[in-house]
Amino acid sequence: MARFIVRRLLGMIFVLFAVSVIVFGIFFVIPNGAPENRMAGKQSTPQQIAAIRKDWGFDKPITTQYVKMMEKLVTGKNFKSYQQQRDVYAELREGLPRTFALAIGAAILWMAAGVALGVFSALRAGKKADFVVNVLALIGISIPVFWLGALVNHYLGYKLGLFPNGGYVPISEGGLWQWTYHLIMPWVVLSILFIGIYSRVLRSTILETMNEDFVRTARAKGISERRVIVRHVLRTSMIPILTLWGLDFGLVIGGGAILTETVFDLQGIGSYYADSVSQLDVPPIMAVTMLGAVFIVVLNTVVDILYAALDPRIRLT
Amino acid sequence: MFVLLVVMALCAPLYAKHVAHTTPDRNNITGKVTVGGEQRDVVSLDGIPIGPTWQGEYLLGADQNGRDVAVRLLYGARNSMFIALTATAITTILGIILGLLAGYYRGVVDWIISRSMDVLWAIPVLLLGVALGVSLALGGVKLGPLELSGDSLWIPTLIIGVVGVVYLARPLRGEVLRLREQEFVEAARAQGASGPRIMFGEIFPNIIATVLVFFPLLVANAVLLEAALSFLGAGVRDPDPSWGTMIGEGEKVIITQPALTIAPGLMLVLTVLSLNVVGEAVREAIDPRARVRLEQ
Repeated sequence: MARFIVRRLLGMIFVLFAVSVIVFGIFFVIPNGAPENRMAGKQSTPQQIAAIRKDWGFDKPITTQYVKMMEKLVTGKNFKSYQQQRDVYAELREGLPRTFALAIGAAILWMAAGVALGVFSALRAGKKADFVVNVLALIGISIPVFWLGALVNHYLGYKLGLFPNGGYVPISEGGLWQWTYHLIMPWVVLSILFIGIYSRVLRSTILETMNEDFVRTARAKGISERRVIVRHVLRTSMIPILTLWGLDFGLVIGGGAILTETVFDLQGIGSYYADSVSQLDVPPIMAVTMLGAVFIVVLNTVVDILYAALDPRIRLT
Repeated sequence: MFVLLVVMALCAPLYAKHVAHTTPDRNNITGKVTVGGEQRDVVSLDGIPIGPTWQGEYLLGADQNGRDVAVRLLYGARNSMFIALTATAITTILGIILGLLAGYYRGVVDWIISRSMDVLWAIPVLLLGVALGVSLALGGVKLGPLELSGDSLWIPTLIIGVVGVVYLARPLRGEVLRLREQEFVEAARAQGASGPRIMFGEIFPNIIATVLVFFPLLVANAVLLEAALSFLGAGVRDPDPSWGTMIGEGEKVIITQPALTIAPGLMLVLTVLSLNVVGEAVREAIDPRARVRLEQ
């Protein structure tokens, strides 16, 4: 087991290293990628450009530049964006609470609603209610989140005035109520897709589990149907859902919420990333991508290790 | 339904020429259009485009540049379908090849392919897509004989195609690992069949079912990803119409003319929904127990 964990950790480091090289490569190998030209502005002299090149080390070989950037990324010292020349970690500290607030709320919502709908339709499999839930779930996974967000924002926010029209209010400024009030629409919009996925996955897992021998045994022992469902079927069926939950949460934190954040003007790290990419500002791009990769890789690894710990049939390779 | 959408997309030039009398990117800011015997500005003096007229010209209204929304929707359908189908074809071919190689040869080949997939998996799809989209569009692509200008449709196509490979290659690899131990493969090997021959002649026919189950879902995913990238300004570029770009432009004037946002979004939902329904049907027909999942 210990060896397995060590191997997974080494694998993680390798993956993160490769991700950083790819991101760096995307923005440095491309033609017109030279940041000094954009930083100096349109009416700049060659001397100014040369000075910026020297100051920021763009004249060094690409490997040196890579090492320098990684050093800054890890230590956080003097890690500034090209365009605004603001500290990247300070910006992240500002954006992260917003993204976390969005992701945690939405994750709780989609888990609760997904499980409720999944159990509901599994227990009524083949009936009308099951069909309706299935159709709704299919529609849910077919709606582009940014479109839904724009419409909800316009009609419920602007036209009817039921909810604030986007924006984020920190708890310290507007209190708990304003914070929640501003986040309700983004939470719901971001959750729709996942509710659709989770209810469908849970439904099919429950139906599969119902046919297992141990469920039949439980029934034969005379346990009440309710207890069979809750204690035996649901317990087993939740494993794949919990796995998905861990992975999806990592994905949403790591930039998956970029569309929701843009539509609702939440100014989280997703919006930060979108702004930075449009200016080809490599340091923030690198920071956000690496942050996302860390979340994804760590949660993947945790899920794998938990799986291996829980299920001895999985080969430890 | 998906077929209907494809037919509509193919008929776009006919509609543009004979019904709407315009092209997808002809601006008409100062023009007028007759609605119910009354002359009206296509784009009013304070910049508000006309809403749906429900007649031949400007059936669904105009955008800020006085372009016919219905015509742009149909041409957008062409772009979205072209990108989604081509990208999925790329994904499928790459996914099959990588899955076969990794699953059949195992060892070093498998290690390299699987680790590459891990790396691709670790970068959030949207972040990677946006980064590639923006950077490639700036400089275009020059790779040997392949030369693409920055606003080519092939750039989002290639990005979406490559990004999707993970979804397919991983499950296929698992399947090939299982198949290669079975008797018919052993029999072929005993007859002296070569590696590629076993892979494509013996194992490949057995994974087609899985590929078929994935195909509609991959197309649906590609449509959504294209729309998202275009919405964020990293996909299809103006003046080429795409549903994602149209939603992005429409959102800016949603207060004065919500039809500009609603129409392309409805097209997207219908397309993706029809693909998901097809996917569902294929899955139930081929393997009622299989669980397939894609995510964005």
